[in-house]
Amino acid sequence: MGFDVAKVREEFPILSRQVHGKPLVYLDSAASCQKPWTVIEAMSRVMESSYSNVHRGLHSLANETTEAYEAARRSVAKLIHAGSVDEIVFTKGATDAINLVAASFGQRLVEGDEIILSVMEHHANIVPWHFLRQAKGVVLKFVPVSDEGELDMDAYRALFSPRTRLVSLSHMSNVLGTVNPAAEIVAIAHAHSVPVLLDGCQSIVHEIVDVQALDVDFYVFSGHKLYGPTGIGVLYGKAEMLATMPPYQGGGEMIASVALDTITYADPPHRFEAGTPAIIETIGLGAAVDWLMAQDRDAIAAHEHALYERAYEAVRGINGLRVIGTAPGKGAVLSFTIDGVHAHDLAQILDRYGVAVRAGTHCAEPLMTRFGVTSSARASFGLYNTVEEVDLFVDALIRAQTFFA
Amino acid sequence: MLLSTAEPMSATMNDELDDLEAEFEMLGDWEERYRHVIDLGRDLAPLSDTERSDQNKVRGCASQVWLVTETTDGTHLTFRGDSDAHIVRGLVALVLRLYSSRTAQDILAFDAQKAFDRLGLSGALSSQRSNGLRSMVERIRRDASAVRL
Repeated sequence: MGFDVAKVREEFPILSRQVHGKPLVYLDSAASCQKPWTVIEAMSRVMESSYSNVHRGLHSLANETTEAYEAARRSVAKLIHAGSVDEIVFTKGATDAINLVAASFGQRLVEGDEIILSVMEHHANIVPWHFLRQAKGVVLKFVPVSDEGELDMDAYRALFSPRTRLVSLSHMSNVLGTVNPAAEIVAIAHAHSVPVLLDGCQSIVHEIVDVQALDVDFYVFSGHKLYGPTGIGVLYGKAEMLATMPPYQGGGEMIASVALDTITYADPPHRFEAGTPAIIETIGLGAAVDWLMAQDRDAIAAHEHALYERAYEAVRGINGLRVIGTAPGKGAVLSFTIDGVHAHDLAQILDRYGVAVRAGTHCAEPLMTRFGVTSSARASFGLYNTVEEVDLFVDALIRAQTFFA
Repeated sequence: MLLSTAEPMSATMNDELDDLEAEFEMLGDWEERYRHVIDLGRDLAPLSDTERSDQNKVRGCASQVWLVTETTDGTHLTFRGDSDAHIVRGLVALVLRLYSSRTAQDILAFDAQKAFDRLGLSGALSSQRSNGLRSMVERIRRDASAVRL
């Protein structure tokens, strides 16, 4: 099928705009992706032609909107090859999904129970577990990260104890780009009868994920990093896991029956979707997923990898530049520091050349500490980026460096 | 050194702003303006490690800003500041030129947003959390309010 980047760029209206009089070079897709017309139009269309609340009305609009909403659930199930559509819970985002698991699955945990995380986690996969540490005395254990940015798998194996109750790890690091060995992580945990949550925010964008093949128990991701809208994310949970979990929030939609003295909860996934959901955003996510599944994803992965390699080879020669995260097979995320130049400075100057990069701790302070830096700059590549943009980025970077020489 | 506590007290904040505006008007494109801001930061005396304390840290995100406030004669507030990023450091130097060695009354009457607009640096005071400058001006004003009480 192949992949034509020039053609795909035409589908993203924002990419034709300018910043400070220069063409926009958007290299911040790991933070959030731009949206194709198909997503924008799907969201407009539902508001223009068939908008209503879902699930509870009996009129035509309610039926149409409910059908579109549930079609999005089927699309997501297909994207990650879930065993059943009922294993897809819609959340506000990956952060909300992890908080859901921490609050709901976490109810069964007691003082001294252990959760395995890693040093490379995004704060969204650290802070919800700290809540359990504070509230219940749950012990958090962290898998260390090597100088190349890989998980220390021997250390991971050694962290298990009879009190280990959950493993929650990033599938692909938002800073390092490292793709962690998910199947191996799951197999090791399951040998100890411990379930695994994978944070798939980055991996879902760049590779084909099969939750059944991985045998993972929970898999979470956000819509907005997957060319979809903000405010919508996904919690995949194995049916047998979700079935044992109490509700996270109470309200409409999530109950089977309510009396003054008793409540019966709905079955998953609705048990975890209290209140009117993000209907328009969910339909937008469905459009994004359908659009992505219609692309040649292997060709996209090869394209993104080529962009990364070109950028990496070019910046390696820059004096004082250090790339953070050099694991083999890593994804298209280039984090770096330059001696004597703060990442904040770089991002500000690059912006003047039209180049958008992220600077800061990337919501991963323990990882920054691990690499002995207070911040880094990050260029992350999406399917719509081009070789020419990589070259513009490198040129701008070299020019930016002269400001601080 | 551009910033000095021995700066003549007669120059008002608005005089200083006029001077800064004239300085920036002589500069051409954004590259020259940024280079000038970076140079201002280079000329700023750095704070000591002990002064770069959590207590003196102004909230920021991508870069850090520190501010030390001193009230020597009971009426004037002297500020010294620093940042770990060059451009922010230059902006800190600008803020200090405007605000240091002023009375609480003058400080509270001064409109920072208007000043940065005039210098063509309004983006510098944007509410973006990555920039600690807005927080720095807020802290300066808070310290001035405290003296005034």
